Amino acid sequence: MTASKLDVDALIDDPRTRVIVCCGSGGVGKTTTAAALALRAAERGRQTVVLTIDPARRLAQSMGLTELDNTPRAVAGADGDLDAMMLDMKRTFDDIVLAHSDAARAQQILANPFYQSLSSSFSGTQEYMAMEKLGQLRATGAWDLIVVDTPPSRSALDFLDAPKRLGTFLDGRLIRLLIVPAKAGGRAYLKVISAGVGMVTSVLTKILGAQVLKDVSLFVTALETMFGGFRERADNTYALLKAPGTAFLVEAAPERDALREAAYFVERLSQERMPLAGLVLNRVHRSAVPSLSAERTVAAAEELAGRRGAATAEGVLRLHADRMVVAARERRLFERFTAAHPAVAVAEVAARSTDVHDLDGLRAVGADLAS
Amino acid sequence: MTAFPGVRLHVVSGKGGTGKTTVAGALALALATGGRKVLLTEVEDRGGLAQLFDTARMGYAEHRLAAAPGGGEVNGLAVDPEQALLEYLETFYKLRRAGSALKRIGAVDFATTVAPGMRDVLLTGKVMEATRRSGPGGRPVYDAVVLDAPPTGRIARFLNVNAEVAGLAKVGPIHGHAQQVMSVIASPLTAVHLVTLLEEMPVQETVDGVADLRAAGLRVGGIFVNMVRPALLPAKALVAARNGTLGTESLAKTLEGVGVPAGALPGLLVEAREHAERVQLESAERAELARLDLPTAELPLLSEAVDVGALYQLAEQLREQLIA
Repeated sequence: MTASKLDVDALIDDPRTRVIVCCGSGGVGKTTTAAALALRAAERGRQTVVLTIDPARRLAQSMGLTELDNTPRAVAGADGDLDAMMLDMKRTFDDIVLAHSDAARAQQILANPFYQSLSSSFSGTQEYMAMEKLGQLRATGAWDLIVVDTPPSRSALDFLDAPKRLGTFLDGRLIRLLIVPAKAGGRAYLKVISAGVGMVTSVLTKILGAQVLKDVSLFVTALETMFGGFRERADNTYALLKAPGTAFLVEAAPERDALREAAYFVERLSQERMPLAGLVLNRVHRSAVPSLSAERTVAAAEELAGRRGAATAEGVLRLHADRMVVAARERRLFERFTAAHPAVAVAEVAARSTDVHDLDGLRAVGADLAS
Repeated sequence: MTAFPGVRLHVVSGKGGTGKTTVAGALALALATGGRKVLLTEVEDRGGLAQLFDTARMGYAEHRLAAAPGGGEVNGLAVDPEQALLEYLETFYKLRRAGSALKRIGAVDFATTVAPGMRDVLLTGKVMEATRRSGPGGRPVYDAVVLDAPPTGRIARFLNVNAEVAGLAKVGPIHGHAQQVMSVIASPLTAVHLVTLLEEMPVQETVDGVADLRAAGLRVGGIFVNMVRPALLPAKALVAARNGTLGTESLAKTLEGVGVPAGALPGLLVEAREHAERVQLESAERAELARLDLPTAELPLLSEAVDVGALYQLAEQLREQLIA
């Protein structure tokens, strides 16, 4: 079974495509693909911004991203209109706090230990802030195409679930419970809540200690007044992902774990009715001489083994045989994916012998994506 | 392991895609070889260990994953923060029944997902408990515990629960628990190993990770270089392949002599050049790693997928390099 080809140029040239979200498990080359796509789109005439999460240092430098300042900047050397930025998770969160509350309350929140823990942790907050930043970039209307890289989650699904999880929690019963004491100004709250809840509160106090409970309580109260419903914000973010003009690209490498994550993600996107543009299969090994089989090559190498002056020839043959074996394994793994998901269009990017760390490298990846 | 004397808890971290779960599995097998009992734990709810050992997905109970050569055994445990919290409540407060009430109002969600420091201390707490657990006569139940840990970018924060929780709870029971966990993790009983590939980003993350771990007062164990390609060309040929001067008449003749069609030569030279570029890149990265001056083991790139059989081979290679 062969998958249909993903027409990358048609996707990035279509003015209706406003947001491209690159997702997939960590280590499959998302950041490089996002940057390559954005550069290609810009050089084909789109006003593009790329939001990267955690680029390799030299790749970041090649795009002029020398500081993590959360501001899109023009990429020098791009033959088009391309801005790039790196996400500063904590700063994005701080900015939301500062934008939505008065100075005194903002300081109170920023100094709260729970806020500090939540805003600088990697579990969920980074995903949430990436989506928040996407919403902000979209709202400015300054670009007609936004390409987003997603955080290096272990599981591709974190990125869809984190905003909701945070929203659900902040809207949950525990929060209601914790808000009460702060609002009621101390112990008085015991009178207004039921005995069952009182038991839970006393358990929490016992385990966490009264100070912790008070910190949590102050924190969520502050957030509550600031947002007027965190869930609404999370829902808006989710709606943006489903809006027309958003396209998801699921990324994978031809390896078992990465393809399994990609399959989960494809299924999840379809359940959520989110628009999947296709799969990008990175780091595919191809042979320059596909007609020369591994078996035949190994036989020839065996014949040369130990012969004087033939070490180079033998090595060249063994290299080729290895390459053929790897390519065949990758093909088999990928065929399993396409058998289960025959409708997903695919673009392949060949494995490179060196790292991509300049614009020419990105152009080459972009050309490969579109070929 | 002789490279890591006195270490009972081996924490294995690495950048995503470097194969840290595979390395953790191979390390557990290597440690169990010769009749020892090892516990292999995971904390990220991925079922990665069950998959690696080709067994049914593990529940929150320790069970046997594999036998090791010489009568050893590897047991597996998938640590789940919710279960760890309930167990913690039971152990320290006899409060298992309160658990369901806490769950109903979202307190369990809070402790296990939203307050990351809390979750981490619960996960590492369970691993610490297994490390210190002793059976009849005070002998440790496990000779060693291997933890398939979160990736390098998060590892120092994950393990440094004391610092994380200290900000949240300056006094009180959770704080006390965190300090107990730290007394194992920051002791000579624990070593953190980092898995990397010979590529720019994983090596950079490894170097940064070592600095982070040391800054947090944690002991870095070894560097596991995974998926190393065999050197298939003589050194001189590598240079020639890069310079494009490999395609000599004698090479063409030799290849033709063993039945390789002449038309294949240009393609083979392209592959040789790519290989040579790769080897050059790898040696630069290897030099970068050598500057860390840590015990290092290399594991080969397997051209076939890693199955249980391959895992035993990798374990044997680790033994040869680290226990020799």
